[in-house]
Amino acid sequence: MSALPTRRDEAWRYSDLASVARVWPVASPELILVAAGTRVTRLLVQDAASDAVAVHDFAVTVEAGASLDFRIVNSGGSYGRVALDVALHEGAVFDLGGIIIGGNTQNLEIVTTVRHLGPAAVSRQVVRCVVGGSAVGTYLGKVAVAREGQKTDAAQSFKALLLERGATANAKPELEIFADDVKCAHGATVGELDRNALFYLESRGVPPVQARALLMRAFLSDALEGMDEGEREAVEVLVTDILAGAL
Amino acid sequence: MLKIDNLHAEIDGKEILKGLTLNVGAGEVHAIMGPNGAGKSTLSYVLAGRTGYEVTAGSVTFDGQDLLALAPHERAAAGVFLGLQYPVEIPGVSNLMFLRTALNAQRVQRSEKEASGAEFMKLVKAAAGELGLPYEMLKRSVNQGFSGGEKKRNEMVQMAVLEPKLAVLDETDSGLDIDALRVVSDGINRMRSPDRATLLITHYQRLLDYVVPDFVHVLVDGRIVRTGGAELAHVLERDGYVSIAA
Ligand SMILES: Nc1ncnc2c1ncn2[C@@H]1O[C@H](COP(=O)(O)OP(=O)(O)OP(=O)(O)O)[C@@H](O)[C@H]1O
Ligand SMILES: [Mg+2]
Repeated sequence: MSALPTRRDEAWRYSDLASVARVWPVASPELILVAAGTRVTRLLVQDAASDAVAVHDFAVTVEAGASLDFRIVNSGGSYGRVALDVALHEGAVFDLGGIIIGGNTQNLEIVTTVRHLGPAAVSRQVVRCVVGGSAVGTYLGKVAVAREGQKTDAAQSFKALLLERGATANAKPELEIFADDVKCAHGATVGELDRNALFYLESRGVPPVQARALLMRAFLSDALEGMDEGEREAVEVLVTDILAGAL
Repeated sequence: MLKIDNLHAEIDGKEILKGLTLNVGAGEVHAIMGPNGAGKSTLSYVLAGRTGYEVTAGSVTFDGQDLLALAPHERAAAGVFLGLQYPVEIPGVSNLMFLRTALNAQRVQRSEKEASGAEFMKLVKAAAGELGLPYEMLKRSVNQGFSGGEKKRNEMVQMAVLEPKLAVLDETDSGLDIDALRVVSDGINRMRSPDRATLLITHYQRLLDYVVPDFVHVLVDGRIVRTGGAELAHVLERDGYVSIAA
């Protein structure tokens, strides 16, 4: 990865390439190895200063029967990118919960490549995105199933809320499947805050700013499902603070 | 308590309320009946301050203050409650979270002390018990997967906890089975007191057998065309709106 990426590179098609150029070449990816039969959880909070460019790369291997639970809150910097390349071996489980919260002119993305190298591996990716101003939120999820990846179970779900007309959400699932007995599901929706729900809350006495924050938090919380109770609460507090500050 | 004077309101440039005048005194229960599309729900939304409903003339005062100048959440804190004809579902927000947020938001606006977890729990459990809504259901997302009748009971649970001064109940009786109608009616009656008032929007005489109104108004084409006592509802039930619209 030495040449500066261009718009033609699938994984960079919505990126802020001018910002990328400023920090290129980026550091080589952080390696994560989840040893056979073990379980690892990881939380990455990307909350760089507002004028910063933050690029986080991970190269992950989840060995047979092991599981990785990876949660991302991507909300800082003028450009913030979190990219994971994940190799799953037999019976491995990969859970991704991604949250993108952006405002102003921020460009924030989560980019994953999940390789089902062995049979019966499971990947579940849930990404939720709230963008306002003229911010851009992107989730690019590629799932590659090798010939050996029979009984693969891969699910991807992306939902975005656009708070203002100028905001953009991009999603592009990509499947590359060489096995025949696989289950790959993906869904993407882009919408706005539910006006009826907002009115309902306001009519019960909740001020508009608080009502919006409550609905956004509820929307984002899909990406926190399955976390340990304590850790989940901590992330919810963090998300609440970010929503209060950013939007 | 509530004074509506010559109220004109439109949606998308279409006039729906066309000079509506209505006075509701403290301690009173008023029923509003009228044909589909007459503007009953529109009136309730205008009172609650929903966006998109533009008041073009007239005034509404509530306890002496200009209600129309307040934002929806301020009206709620001032004591106005709207029971919706079609209660909204909110995925990901539990009923308990919704109601506690609402109660405390109102209290903060009124410079009152916020309810503690224990105080809130006590209030909700009592209300849910009285209205026959299993407490466990309140842990689920707001109205999600609730039957039509359960949604209406849930509106009444919210009302019981929030203790409004003025309750505007838009077809709260629609979709209720016979037993639920009785339970909900009891709930409304429990809220009756000399310093509260209720505006019941309904199509059915039966609710008014349980919650006997002081006044019955007939709303047709954006105006109150007739006002009477509880007996007017019986006349309407027998003769329909055609007889009085003329
Ligand atoms: N967004 C809108 N744009 C235009 N007309 C509307 C809009 N919303 C409601 N209306 C119209 O306003 C009129 C009054 O509607 P409203 O819901 O107040 O009637 P209602 O008396 O409550 O009727 P029902 O008994 O069926 O509940 C109807 O003719 C309806 O079609
Ligand atoms: Mg109606």
